[in-house]
Amino acid sequence: MSDAEQPTDDHGPGTESDDEFEPIQVFPEAEDMDLRPGADNCYKCSTCDTNCPVAEVDDEFPGPKFQGPEQWRLKRQEDQDIDDSVMKCSNCMRCDSACPSEVPLSQMHNTARGEYVEENMSKLSREYWRNRMLANYRTLAPLGAMFPRTANFVTGLSVTKWLGEKVMGITSERELPEFATETFREWWTKRGGAQVENPDKRIAYFHGCYANYNTPEVAKALVGVYEHFGYEVMVPDQSCSGTPMFANGMLEDARRAAETNVSELAAAIDEGADIIASCSSCSMSIRQEYPELFDFEGTEDVASNTWDAVEYLRVHEDLEAALADAAVDGDRFEDFAYHAPCHARNQGLDGQTVELLELIDGVDAHDVGDSCSGISGTYGWKEENYETSMKIGEEMFEHMEHADAEQGLTECPTCSMQMGHGTGYEITHTLEVLAAALLESDAPSSAD
Amino acid sequence: MAIEDDVLVIGGGIAGSMAALSAAEHADRVRLVTYKQSTLRSASGLIDVLGYTPDGTGPLADPFDALEELPDSHPYQRVGTDAVREALDLFDDIAGDAYAGGHTETNALVPTHGGTVKPTARYPAATAAGLASDDRDTLLVGFETLPDFDAPLAAAHLEAAGVPFDTRGVTVSFPGIERDDAKVTRYAHLLERNESISMGGSTTGAREALVSIVDAHLEDESRVGFPAILGDEHADEVRASLADALGVDVFEVPMGPPSLPGMRLEDLLYDALGDAGVRVTSGVPVIDYETANSATSETASDAVAADGGSDRETPDDGDGERIDRVIVDRNGTMIPHHAEQYVLATGGLIGKGVRSERADESETDATGVVFEPIFDCHVPHATDRYDWFVEDAFGEQPFARFGLETDQELRPLQADGTLEFVNLRAAGAVLGGYDFAAEKSGAGVSLATGYVAGKQAGTQVGEEAGK
Ligand SMILES: Cc1cc2nc3c(=O)[nH]c(=O)nc-3n(C[C@H](O)[C@H](O)[C@H](O)COP(=O)(O)OP(=O)(O)OC[C@H]3O[C@@H](n4cnc5c(N)ncnc54)[C@H](O)[C@@H]3O)c2cc1C
Ligand code: SF4
Ligand code: SF4
Repeated sequence: MSDAEQPTDDHGPGTESDDEFEPIQVFPEAEDMDLRPGADNCYKCSTCDTNCPVAEVDDEFPGPKFQGPEQWRLKRQEDQDIDDSVMKCSNCMRCDSACPSEVPLSQMHNTARGEYVEENMSKLSREYWRNRMLANYRTLAPLGAMFPRTANFVTGLSVTKWLGEKVMGITSERELPEFATETFREWWTKRGGAQVENPDKRIAYFHGCYANYNTPEVAKALVGVYEHFGYEVMVPDQSCSGTPMFANGMLEDARRAAETNVSELAAAIDEGADIIASCSSCSMSIRQEYPELFDFEGTEDVASNTWDAVEYLRVHEDLEAALADAAVDGDRFEDFAYHAPCHARNQGLDGQTVELLELIDGVDAHDVGDSCSGISGTYGWKEENYETSMKIGEEMFEHMEHADAEQGLTECPTCSMQMGHGTGYEITHTLEVLAAALLESDAPSSAD
Repeated sequence: MAIEDDVLVIGGGIAGSMAALSAAEHADRVRLVTYKQSTLRSASGLIDVLGYTPDGTGPLADPFDALEELPDSHPYQRVGTDAVREALDLFDDIAGDAYAGGHTETNALVPTHGGTVKPTARYPAATAAGLASDDRDTLLVGFETLPDFDAPLAAAHLEAAGVPFDTRGVTVSFPGIERDDAKVTRYAHLLERNESISMGGSTTGAREALVSIVDAHLEDESRVGFPAILGDEHADEVRASLADALGVDVFEVPMGPPSLPGMRLEDLLYDALGDAGVRVTSGVPVIDYETANSATSETASDAVAADGGSDRETPDDGDGERIDRVIVDRNGTMIPHHAEQYVLATGGLIGKGVRSERADESETDATGVVFEPIFDCHVPHATDRYDWFVEDAFGEQPFARFGLETDQELRPLQADGTLEFVNLRAAGAVLGGYDFAAEKSGAGVSLATGYVAGKQAGTQVGEEAGK
């Protein structure tokens, strides 16, 4: 490819705050991070390995124990390169919550991946560019969003898919996500911003890329639900959460995105807001990965004031009582096959949806179990991972088909693609159901 | 506001699951909050009640006889023998066909992967055909890529231990696995899904391939034992289909960590929690608490670091303080959880429910502290760290008994014998006064104390609401 002049372009993807960026900065904290004490905590029980969905289906993948503590130990003893198998890890972070000995596995993997990409991967390789493109979805999305119909048409063409696979290594098996005809931010501006003002109850919404460009209905549902409870919603400027960048070892890109987010969100906190996310990978990233990998001013503060959208209402409002009085009309939502995303599981949020939906008259969510969907963000988009991704997902597909429901429910945009891809079901976000229950019971005409 | 429940159980191992299940029989809203995965995933999946007495006598044929003789400080003595029986009854209800052993009070003798014979009270159905008291001749099959189970050696050990049958071991290669360090879940997955693998130029299902390999070694044995990797969610089906094809009984030999039988037991307990309507929050730790009269407390570990962990402010009255809420750390955000009653089932030194550290930064300082990190409950221990161990690795290790002291209702006690909190109970490995590894009593103590703590907590909610 002839775009090789791009690689070290500091004004590359994701930089909204180019002027603040110092070109020589190469994530020093993550690089210098001393993870050996963490490695020493490992007593080789292999619990992490038995939780790794990739190792379960791929005999070639040595698993989290090797990627984490063993690799870090080896590195200390010899001048050893990071093993290329680290790129097979999907960053689902299941190993993290498995380890009984508090070994910081995902932090080790993120750091190792960063080092591998920086030192061992050719910046001219197709793989590097493909990964960089996938990781920086955020910078491509505005283009698609500008001409959504054309973009949807073009990405749907078989020749585009063929090109994607042959030239870029993006699997042709998948439907690229459709762009909404109006982004959430466009809608927000047109609407005139917040409809409720309330200096005592304020939240700043971190919508992430997907809810903005692809599923604005999720973001609108969040606004509706929060305004219903009297919150003033702020929508600060933001960049990608960084999740796809961590997963691809693009720590430098992630760092830039994180810096923007931390400063914008810290400013919102100063204005009395708490940070709310509707995507579990976004909240995971802000709460856990930022403080693990970066230390911009305010990182810790932003992390500790970030909440999952539903969790926040549970703690600050009597959500249960509100839902107990609510019902969803008609047959739009009845029974769901619910999949808890790995990144929700890691935050202890996996039981929440089922608990709450049980309260709503006429709606039920059947948990399809604790298997991983297998797509893990950009992972399942790569030609070489597609098969593994579908093998991992098989258990979830089966459970979905056996569940008493014909619709799917989840909080993660990429899990939702995989669920739809594997079963053909329509997939909804929990917030959409809450919005239907709370708003439509209130004022039956408000649905658009 | 906080997340509201009647009973909140902290810790999701055997003790916590059992506590939540027994609490749910008496209270409506029961929640279990657990952090990392429990030691169940490393444990064998066997339910040991008591295999040896604290002075090493054993293996015991009847654990119940010996329970009566245990020292007063032992958790079994706190709850009483009847409670141990009731807890096992509840476990039998929950486990249904998945476990055997409930027909008798005596211990069963189960061959282990090392070729020893272990006395245990309940064992997975997958292990049932392998009991050492059964006199049928046995073939043990190990795999080259799974060095933890050396079948010929295990067979030799079993014969040396005097089992009443002939036993032979062979080592074969597992169809479809190349790596030496393949995950046990990978073996299970291959068999469970009967994935196609290529063998000798043609492709065949993993089960058929395994059967053909093993069949070639089978002589006149009427049962075959494999390491415990025969499937995960549909282990029964895998075992039955292998048995069918081989024309003999098939059983699993419990393995060391990581252990599929332990994982299956975990699944069984979590399914039961779901059926009982217990809300489960996992992946996040409880890190702190607030009492009714303290708006915020210092985190227990801060307090420990600052004052050596010895004392906390004394309770307002003789009855002890009341916990109002605990704080769950969700990846950085602090979420309050309120309940009427709490059960602490956070495990021992391995599960991290009890922790130890140097009292002093300096390398030469011998003093250390042992503490319970959430509530800073009193943990008796010697100040000198060198008194925590004895030289003899197989000797009686004081640290193995580290844990909380409680009253008869399993409420933790302070150093002076008064209650730590009126609405807190403790269960499982977080308790002191027993050495599960030496006695072979791990799962049994967790079941019995979990059962009692949960029942007390659940009925207490009912009573207080009734007042
Ligand atoms: C390698 C090994 C083999 C064993 N083999 C056997 C055997 O063959 N038979 C037998 O009977 N027993 C066996 N045991 C012992 C038995 O497994 C344990 O004694 C028993 O399971 C302890 O259960 P528990 O529920 O008390 O604690 P654990 O299983 O340790 O569970 C404690 C749980 O609490 C959670 N937790 C800790 N801190 C917090 C917090 N702050 N907030 C929220 N959650 C928290 C932990 O993450 C964990 O999930 C074995 C143990 C080990 C380690
Ligand atoms: S993050 Fe997920 S895929 Fe990666 S090693 Fe851990 S468990 Fe395996
Ligand atoms: S779970 Fe933790 S202690 Fe066990 S092998 Fe993995 S990293 Fe090591």
